Amino acid sequence: MIGSPDVVAFTKEDDFGDSFSDPCSLPEEFSVPLFAHAANANPWTKTSYAKFSKDFILISEFSEQVGPQPLLTIPNDPKVCGTFDLNYFSLRIMSVDYQASFVGHPPGSNYPRLNFVEDSKVVLGDSKEGAFAYVHHLTLYDLEARGFVRPFCMAYISADERKIMHQFQELSSEFSKASEFLKSGNRKAFANELEKKLKDLEYTRSVLHKEAELQKMNNGCYSPQAIEKANELANMEKSIYEHKDLLRQITSYPSRKKKDVNFVQRETEKLADTSVLDDTPNSNPSDIADKTVETESDIRKSSYTPQLIKGKSAKCFDKRLKTMEELCDASFFHQTLEQLNIIEKSLRGDLCFIYTSQIDRALVGKQKVTSFLFEAEREWENEVPLKNFSISSNNPTVPILNLTGEPLSLESYTSCIDIDHMKPGVESIEGPPEFSLSDITQESSEAADTETKGSFSSDKSIEAFGGVSPSSLQANYFDGLDRKSKVSIASPSESASSSAAVPQRMTDGNLVLMDAACCIGQDGFIFEEPLPELAQECCGDTVVNREPLSLLQGDPALQMDYILEESALAESPNMGLTFSELNTGVLSEEVAKINIEDVSDSTSFMSASTSSDRAVSPFIYGSALTLKQKKKAGHSALRFIRQYPFAQQAIFCLLSGRTLVILGVDEGTVRKLVSALLFFVPNLGKYGETVQPWLSSPFQLTDLQRWKLIGLQRAASPAGSSILHSLNRYSRYISILDCDSKTLRCPPYKGTLISRLADHRTQIKRGSTYFLHVQGMLTQLTARAFLYTFCHHIHLPMDINDQGSVTSRRTNFLLQLGYTVEESKIVQYLSELIKQHYIQGSSKGGNQSFCFNYTTSYLYKI
Amino acid sequence: MLRWILGGREAQGTVEKSAALFIGEEQPKNCFTEMQVLKGHFDIVRFLVQIDDLRFASAGDDGLVLIWNVETGDCLFALRGHTQQITAMTSYTFIRGGTAHTALITASSDRTLSLWDPDSGNRVQNISDLQSSVKCLLVLAHLDVWLSGGNELCVWNRDLELRCKMVHHSDAGISAMVELPKNFIAAAMDKEIVIFKLNLSGSDIAVMAMRHLADHHDTIRSLIHINDGLFASGSHIGELIIWDSVDWTIQAYEHILWEEPARDSQSEFKLNHQKQIERSIQHMSSDGEYIVAAVGSGLYVYNVLMKSVVAYRRTAHDSNILHTMLQQDSLMSCSEDGSVRMWELQDLPLPAEPASSGFFGMFGTFGRSSKQTGPPAKKIPEVPGLRSLELIGDLIGHSGAVQMFLSFKDKGLVTCSTDQLLIVWKDGELQSQLRSLAVFQKLEENQGL
Repeated sequence: MIGSPDVVAFTKEDDFGDSFSDPCSLPEEFSVPLFAHAANANPWTKTSYAKFSKDFILISEFSEQVGPQPLLTIPNDPKVCGTFDLNYFSLRIMSVDYQASFVGHPPGSNYPRLNFVEDSKVVLGDSKEGAFAYVHHLTLYDLEARGFVRPFCMAYISADERKIMHQFQELSSEFSKASEFLKSGNRKAFANELEKKLKDLEYTRSVLHKEAELQKMNNGCYSPQAIEKANELANMEKSIYEHKDLLRQITSYPSRKKKDVNFVQRETEKLADTSVLDDTPNSNPSDIADKTVETESDIRKSSYTPQLIKGKSAKCFDKRLKTMEELCDASFFHQTLEQLNIIEKSLRGDLCFIYTSQIDRALVGKQKVTSFLFEAEREWENEVPLKNFSISSNNPTVPILNLTGEPLSLESYTSCIDIDHMKPGVESIEGPPEFSLSDITQESSEAADTETKGSFSSDKSIEAFGGVSPSSLQANYFDGLDRKSKVSIASPSESASSSAAVPQRMTDGNLVLMDAACCIGQDGFIFEEPLPELAQECCGDTVVNREPLSLLQGDPALQMDYILEESALAESPNMGLTFSELNTGVLSEEVAKINIEDVSDSTSFMSASTSSDRAVSPFIYGSALTLKQKKKAGHSALRFIRQYPFAQQAIFCLLSGRTLVILGVDEGTVRKLVSALLFFVPNLGKYGETVQPWLSSPFQLTDLQRWKLIGLQRAASPAGSSILHSLNRYSRYISILDCDSKTLRCPPYKGTLISRLADHRTQIKRGSTYFLHVQGMLTQLTARAFLYTFCHHIHLPMDINDQGSVTSRRTNFLLQLGYTVEESKIVQYLSELIKQHYIQGSSKGGNQSFCFNYTTSYLYKI
Repeated sequence: MLRWILGGREAQGTVEKSAALFIGEEQPKNCFTEMQVLKGHFDIVRFLVQIDDLRFASAGDDGLVLIWNVETGDCLFALRGHTQQITAMTSYTFIRGGTAHTALITASSDRTLSLWDPDSGNRVQNISDLQSSVKCLLVLAHLDVWLSGGNELCVWNRDLELRCKMVHHSDAGISAMVELPKNFIAAAMDKEIVIFKLNLSGSDIAVMAMRHLADHHDTIRSLIHINDGLFASGSHIGELIIWDSVDWTIQAYEHILWEEPARDSQSEFKLNHQKQIERSIQHMSSDGEYIVAAVGSGLYVYNVLMKSVVAYRRTAHDSNILHTMLQQDSLMSCSEDGSVRMWELQDLPLPAEPASSGFFGMFGTFGRSSKQTGPPAKKIPEVPGLRSLELIGDLIGHSGAVQMFLSFKDKGLVTCSTDQLLIVWKDGELQSQLRSLAVFQKLEENQGL
């Protein structure tokens, strides 16, 4: 199926606009926003002045010691950033930080309070760097940090401003997920930290207590030493109380969350789903991770020996700050990296490409009945929810423009502040329930806007200008919630748009219920009195000494883990969404490489990448397809068509389901021919299961059922003679293309369909162009087959003894469609495949039947 | 000595081989355009037994009995228990509690008999202390008993309890049995047919040998029931005898000779000098009026009412025919050459001249009495109903000898073979229509796509 990206790539600049100006050409909801092509003729040139080669994700921290600093980039490749100044940009994005990180002693409160603030989502641009960024701020808790908080931000940096704007919702929901991983891991780690600290404190208190007793005994009650000790003891008591309070706050996080109005309505569902999840043992990878982590921490707890700590903490520049991985639990951290990688890969490429591939995906998702025939089998069709698309199509495509009424020009560098988070301060935590997201109006967002503007107004190049529509944000917010809490219940819109039994997001391993799980199990320790036992004198901090910047340089072990995880992800087929996105990511990476390498085929970046997503099949048995192989296949198909006059007959065999055996001595030649004919095989399968590129043993009857295209070795050995015997025996079911003598033995074909598909005088020069041409023709054919399959009146008998008329009605219908007898066979074969697929579902299990015809074969020569 | 040679023109013998037997790939009358390969056995599959409209059982040398659904091709049960090859299998339908039950009886070389329930896949009963292995099974539905034949003849009731046993002392055991009216049984033992009588006195059953019919000159290969009044037997040297079921007299005697014709030689002479052409009657089947006999690699259709040959084909297959089936005007045969062929009885344009040649010698039709007095001096005047046997299609799929086939009418045809496979052949057009119906049904259930 040809989606819009393909079309776009093959239209010239002149007719670019014209081809889309026709309102009837596409339904409204599928239309792609046109490129404003007045000033800038080439839509892809504007990336040129950016100092980095492609989009990347940057994680930065506002360090209390050194100020804003970049921590890591995804992809972790110095080439990506190029000369782009990460430090400078970190300063930029951290300077937009929101005001919610206030922790400490709020007025009227004796004890420090933790602020469970929502993340802020900001879009900003930098003219000098040619960079635009979606910036997602979040705070993590660190016991040793000032005010217990460490501000972090994750930024998606792109040279294309429109991309950020258009994909804002997607970015926001995906980054929220990543942030949620980080924060829940952090809460867990923070609770652990607090417990250790409490133990230390209580141990210290007991030691102090003993010392004080001793001093009292020795020096009397009012000696200065005794008073000092008593003060120290009192400080210790206070510290213990504070820490207990912090622990209580962090562990009570989930329940506090639920007080919020937005959570109330979800509560019951959430509870129900929790139980569902709990019932399925070990179904969730992160559940397992949780458990292992918990057991680990149990061990740690039991083996943890309290240490004597000094009353006053060390100066902030003396100590080493924890790394991000230490701050968040390691498994959560890796999950976050995984998520960020997914984001990075799913948003690779031009906006136009992303947008059209979204549309394409949504369209293909609606065609599950037939898409298996010639489309690449994309399992994520089931996973990628259509609602992503429907949200963006329901809303105005450029929501920000509509809200502000200001034209969005390339020269204006904008930042869009989203107040998805609560107002800073105490009142937001205990805030009135009616202060919900939906209440944030345009005015309030603008008010907040001016507030934030003040914080960075000194910089002329950054300018905040508007809010994002609250409803869309809320939709996003709920979207995230939905995914998190609702695993099996379909939203009405989703079930409406995908009527044909779409599997819901059951297998989504990334979505975990982590809030409740992360801190529970530690409550028991809060009021537990430490055993007053003496421990050895122990010096030093509990924190391991490490450079805070180590992540940027790259921890080899960590990277290894990460790579392993990625590969594991790619291998597991039930990781639907992630797999696919990795796959497309791989493809577009391949595109980039090829474009650099392949000078002879140097066309625009996009024309190559457009064809990349529409993967037809892998060319190597059981492995994924790359663009290069496919281009080659299109190319060799072109060569085959030009070289062999009987190419049409061979293609007819494949399309009508007759197994084509390519016989030859030389493996290379045979394999080349197999790959040339590959994309004509209907229902190729995800891994090309219906093709056997090279077989050197005699095939069986059941092989004919399985394989529709076989490369067969011609050998002089006894095995070779038995191969020839099997060829002879099953000759009525197969067509034989002899590579060596260049002959084809197959039934005749009459008609015009395939001559259009495979014209040996074709003007098409490029393999990928030809491939798309073929895909277009096959899509048309598939549509006819669909029509044929689902027309009631030609298949249903008029009465019980009406078999004969059904047969004649079928034949007449196909003749009316303009098909010859042979072409009717193609449509009938495709129709049978559609029926079987529809009845059995996409599973290829069961014992398949094998259809054939009794027709005379002829020998075609060059 | 009378001799009657049908179409005795040598020249066409070769034509027949090359032209008529190569049907080519264009087979408009062959409706089997869909196949489904069923895998499950590990050795030669020899027996197929229909259980009901949907299910059938297959068994063979691996001792495994598999129950299949012919529509879906699913293997429903694997019945394990026999340690050696299956020698006989039959289904047994009885009424219990108002409903019809079907049980499956299998006999194996390990000298066991088993009764299976095909609905649950359980072995209901097992008899393991037999003195010899059972070669054939016969169900007498009206008596609600069944018989097993080998070196001994046993009568069993439905619960596999031995009701009666008769040991006979010949080397060759019973190879086939047919039921005759009035509780008589005809059993083939080497060259003889023995008539047994089942005496029922109250609940006791006794078996008594009534008569030995020793008219065959060689081992009897097949014994079939034709209709209520007739049964037929065929021997290793091509003797086909049609017997009266009541008084066990010979109604017709045919000696089928497939050898090359020699114009002047007499049939006795030919008998002595026959070439190494297989003419054993391996299998016979009947629809009550016609008998089709598999003679070596040839087919022979005989009308029992007219007592005349209807059609024949000397080399219908490249190798021995193992199983045949007659349905109205069409018949099917399967052979060691791995193919199944479908034939049609077609009227000849000129009744006196057979369209295809081929040759078989025929002694004529004898009554029992006339045989005792010598061959009748009566020449068969004409063959009014002589028709030709035209090949209308063949099914190629097995890579070994096709042992047997079983027809489910519209639902298809099942073949089993030496290559350990079963193939269900189906009418592709019909299946396509059925799938369409299933699609629309599912559409209705799903309320649209």
